[in-house]
Amino acid sequence: MMTIPRFWREIRQRYKGVGVECGNCERVYFPPREVCPHCRRESIGKMKERELSGKGRLVTFTEIHEPMPDFKMMVPYIMAIVEMDEDVRMTGQLVDIDYDEVEQGMEVDVTIRRLGEESPSGIIYYGYKFVPVR
Amino acid sequence: MQNSEKRSTQESGNLREVAIIGIGETRIGELWDQSLRELGINAGLSAIKDAGVKGEEIEKIYIGNMSAGRLINQEHIAPMIADYAGLDDIPAVRIESGGASGGMALTEGYLSVASGLHDVVVVGGAEKMTDVGDEEAKKILSSTADWEWESVFGATFDSLYAMMARYHMFTHGTTKEQLAAVSVKNHAHGALNPNAQFQREVPLKIVMGSPIVSDPLTMFDCAPLSDGAAAVVLCPVDMADSFNKDPVAILGTGMGADHMAVHDRRELDAMKATRSAGDKALSMAGLKPEDMDFAEVHDNYTISEIMAIEDLGFFPKGDGGPATERGDTSLHNKIPINTSGGLKAKGQPVGAVGINQAVEAVLQLRGEAGDRQVEDAEYGLIHNIGGTGASAVVHVLGRWR
Ligand SMILES: [Zn+2]
Repeated sequence: MMTIPRFWREIRQRYKGVGVECGNCERVYFPPREVCPHCRRESIGKMKERELSGKGRLVTFTEIHEPMPDFKMMVPYIMAIVEMDEDVRMTGQLVDIDYDEVEQGMEVDVTIRRLGEESPSGIIYYGYKFVPVR
Repeated sequence: MQNSEKRSTQESGNLREVAIIGIGETRIGELWDQSLRELGINAGLSAIKDAGVKGEEIEKIYIGNMSAGRLINQEHIAPMIADYAGLDDIPAVRIESGGASGGMALTEGYLSVASGLHDVVVVGGAEKMTDVGDEEAKKILSSTADWEWESVFGATFDSLYAMMARYHMFTHGTTKEQLAAVSVKNHAHGALNPNAQFQREVPLKIVMGSPIVSDPLTMFDCAPLSDGAAAVVLCPVDMADSFNKDPVAILGTGMGADHMAVHDRRELDAMKATRSAGDKALSMAGLKPEDMDFAEVHDNYTISEIMAIEDLGFFPKGDGGPATERGDTSLHNKIPINTSGGLKAKGQPVGAVGINQAVEAVLQLRGEAGDRQVEDAEYGLIHNIGGTGASAVVHVLGRWR
């Protein structure tokens, strides 16, 4: 799925949802970027870390029946694009809800769950998923 | 107007007019008995034969290919194919832009001739998707999306298009029946194409009842992953008379770009890259969407075709689904889309797709498209998407009189 160094390099982003804010226009990005696509050169050196609130709303979603090989155990599972309160969007699984209860615009929270296993060594890794706000 | 300015720049000699003078393609499908090398050679040699060019006249070869390194463990495929085609002294280079590799290779070939650098150039596309299993092939295709921030979280390539489909449905009331109508229409067209992977009509009921891949997309909303290759031969139009066939001119070319990940785009019911590529190509040709007699668009999923026919200006945003259901995009109707059968029925050898589209357009413009001929076709457009829309390329082709 991912090499171990590659996963650990981004552990803070994957685990905690740490993005960046552009010091020039205050737009927030996740995952972190070195350059703000809006301000370009004005933003260089001004991108600061920004922890996200973890709250957002569903923009769109799907239920996957034909998964990636590493996600077979979870089928069917729900994927969603979520717009966070900071006006930045993320892609992740939506869990703890039945598919027929999912609605566009519904409020969700970020949570930390098991993402998958690093084959073939079998190291389990964790990352963000979304859960409905009850 | 900008159109006429652009056109006059080309006419005034800054860019030479470029023609396609030869085409060739293999059958598309699960071709277990043919390697990538053989597919590439067969397509290339048939294009060279069609044009009537000699090997020593060819100055450069461009080959579109998505992922030979992962699909057949072979990188550096362009010199390999050239070598085995007996063209070992002709420089050959591979062009990669995901699913748009073929179309991007065509642009590179066009530029090398239009600029005056080369006179005769061969542009091919080739992909061997079925040596690895279907699951592995899909995983490799998914790496043309954002692997680290989409795929790793479980998003398949299908699911990213499914989320665009669902958003289009929310926003414009597009229905599953309208998505299915794209598949039914493209299968009906594919039934008329002897090179298509699927040459059978498929009724709406079967499409609607097929297994869900990623809701709302069913098996029949998704194009297959196929083996195949295609090639075209380019030269300046003023040299075209010395070869076999009536030239088809490349009147306009345009590339478009967008964020890599779907979640970074504000519009999920449209592809900015398609719109931008289409606008540039049409503007360069000095033509409008309504001037086109047909188009080959990148229907890797049914939703992709619906978005493409809107983003290319054939129908207003939101009318792509209803237009398909009305039959506007079927052969002999308002604007026939994917007369070849498209990726859905003709097949999807990923890096070859853009060249397969060029082959279909040339057949239509020469009047050689047989049972699926668009009457008196004068202008056609071809549209090729990379990944989930981070890159796109459009060419406008026309008969050269
Ligand atoms: Zn900024």
